[in-house]
Amino acid sequence: MTMLEAPELRDDVVVTPPSGVLRLLGGCDLSHRAHRERYGDLPAAGRAEEVIAELERSGLAGRGGAAFPTWRKLASAAESGQPGVVIANGSEGEPLSSKDAFLLRHAPHLVIDGLLFVAATLGAAEAHLVTTAPQLPTVQRAVSERQDAGAVRLRETEDRFISGEASAVVNAIERNRAIPRDHVVRLTVSGLRRRPTLVLNVETLAHIAMIVRFGSGWFRSEGTRNDPGTRLLTVVGPAGPVVVEAAGGTSLRDALQAGGVDPSTVRALLVGGYHGAWVPGNALDTPLSPEGLARFGAAPGAGILMVLRRGECGLARTADITRYLASQSAGQCGPCANGLPNLSELMSRIAGRNHDRSLPQRVREVTGLVTGRGACHHPDGTARMVVSALDVFENDVHAHALGLCQETAS
Amino acid sequence: MTPQADTRTMLHIDWTRCDGRGSCMELLPEVLRPDPWGYPLAREGGSDVPIPAHLEPAAADAVGLCPVLALALRSS
Amino acid sequence: MSEALWAFGRGTGVVALVLMTITVVLGILTRSGRPAFGLPRFAVTLVHRNSALIGTVFIVLHVVSLLFDPYAQLNVLDFFVPFIGAYHPVWLGLGTVAMDLLIAIVVTSLLRRWIGQRTFRIVHWASYALWPIALFHSIGTGTDAGAPLFILLAIVCSAAVVGSVAWRLTTGFQQRGRATPDRRIDPSRIPVDTNVKEIR
Repeated sequence: MTMLEAPELRDDVVVTPPSGVLRLLGGCDLSHRAHRERYGDLPAAGRAEEVIAELERSGLAGRGGAAFPTWRKLASAAESGQPGVVIANGSEGEPLSSKDAFLLRHAPHLVIDGLLFVAATLGAAEAHLVTTAPQLPTVQRAVSERQDAGAVRLRETEDRFISGEASAVVNAIERNRAIPRDHVVRLTVSGLRRRPTLVLNVETLAHIAMIVRFGSGWFRSEGTRNDPGTRLLTVVGPAGPVVVEAAGGTSLRDALQAGGVDPSTVRALLVGGYHGAWVPGNALDTPLSPEGLARFGAAPGAGILMVLRRGECGLARTADITRYLASQSAGQCGPCANGLPNLSELMSRIAGRNHDRSLPQRVREVTGLVTGRGACHHPDGTARMVVSALDVFENDVHAHALGLCQETAS
Repeated sequence: MTPQADTRTMLHIDWTRCDGRGSCMELLPEVLRPDPWGYPLAREGGSDVPIPAHLEPAAADAVGLCPVLALALRSS
Repeated sequence: MSEALWAFGRGTGVVALVLMTITVVLGILTRSGRPAFGLPRFAVTLVHRNSALIGTVFIVLHVVSLLFDPYAQLNVLDFFVPFIGAYHPVWLGLGTVAMDLLIAIVVTSLLRRWIGQRTFRIVHWASYALWPIALFHSIGTGTDAGAPLFILLAIVCSAAVVGSVAWRLTTGFQQRGRATPDRRIDPSRIPVDTNVKEIR
């Protein structure tokens, strides 16, 4: 794959590395020229080993939810030695998440830079960008505006929860159906049409675009040692979703405030998205980092913070979410297609204050049955969220069995 | 002390194909039993089930007799 | 000699018809995922495959013996190209078609792991055509067609196949099916109207 050279910028244009936390969101709605003036030209493709080493030093982890070390993914893709495929994943199947959509609508050039750089470095034969319908026009305009992005293939995918899963993205391109595949070998070994395939979240690619310009040291100048750099968050409060950029290790409290939510009104927070875990409202000083959240069984995930206000019943909300997640099963795998509706039904009964005290135990049994028994992690994530609800809202579980709800005081 | 073998034979279940037909659970009852919905459940759950050496022939039978080719044997 | 070959040809044909009837019935039982006739599920599959293979052997014997019987007036071309035979060309032709289908089904079944489940399954559907074609061939070509025992056999085999196919079409056929997810929209999905903020 070749990259055409963009016209050189004037010599007197000085590019300073962005300071502060607003990195990805620092320059919005820039034309490609303005983008290049602000950040400098996209560097020429590097040697794979050097790029991978730099990414390892930066400590960048995937921003799509799984938080896999990015350098390791690239190393795995580079191992095969064959020309592979790079896919920018902008599917954002999580209904609560808006960060990827925001990034694609307001800073697509960062994403395209990252995609082109990674594709060129790995000697990839194909570069794809997959997203849902609302983002396509902006991305298309951004691609057309450039002279180096002719090889990027845009693809629309379904706006469903599991369509963001990596193998579902590959299937969207290869078979026009965004449902997951059985994982026999990793995608980086055999993916799209059996080629080594690297699927990276669009936010991850945007960070790469900056790291290759300003270096791993710069990337680490924000955030903590174990959670370096910044990440985009979607704070979903009563007023709707707000996209925020935060340094690693920022507390939940600070993140909420930046998102326009008064932390004192928060009863509990669903961290990471519908596959995340609940964190109680008295733990808002917890840092939003993998280590900080680990004790709640939570992780930053896709960067979603969903607020449960005081006076709202967490079990009722969990039951609604579980019903939604059950409806979003691809229906391919028996344990998920049967187990999730079962979970949904049990949670609805708990939320509905059914007197049966065996319900929570039955829920835990079903979560044990669905975890790890599917082509993707949809059942695992659902199980995790449900179990964390039973833990965090334990008092409500007892109250509900008595026909009461502590939170709604009835 | 006998050293642990490095490679183990694993039975991989492709859930996108498995239809709960049940032949595997008959051939490997020591390892697989039906879950409440009829799908094969290993003692420790999961999609990759370790197969002890003495059950490898039975596992190979299960792989060959699965009507929907949902099983495969791998060494890890 | 010719009479012996003819008798052998008819005999192997009849045995093959019975074996193929068993094969079809057990094939439908395999699809149902149920145990049957005292056999566990895996054994149903195994006996299905074995009766198909033994039946195929009998077809080969049937066809080869008739090749050497001058009364049948067969040549090798008739094995693969239907309706050009000298003796009862139409009924014989059905036999040719049946054998061609059988070859396709058996080969794809033996190579299932390599050609993939989907191709295997599509070709396997041809079994529903193979069986009646074989039956009509035996009624039309065979000189025993009028014999009461043969008629009885044909009725019994037909009843078994027709009954199994009818059962195949009923809704409770498979012991358990996939649950179909109930898709509903997430009410909390709000149109995006985003702000940008910085925090430290």
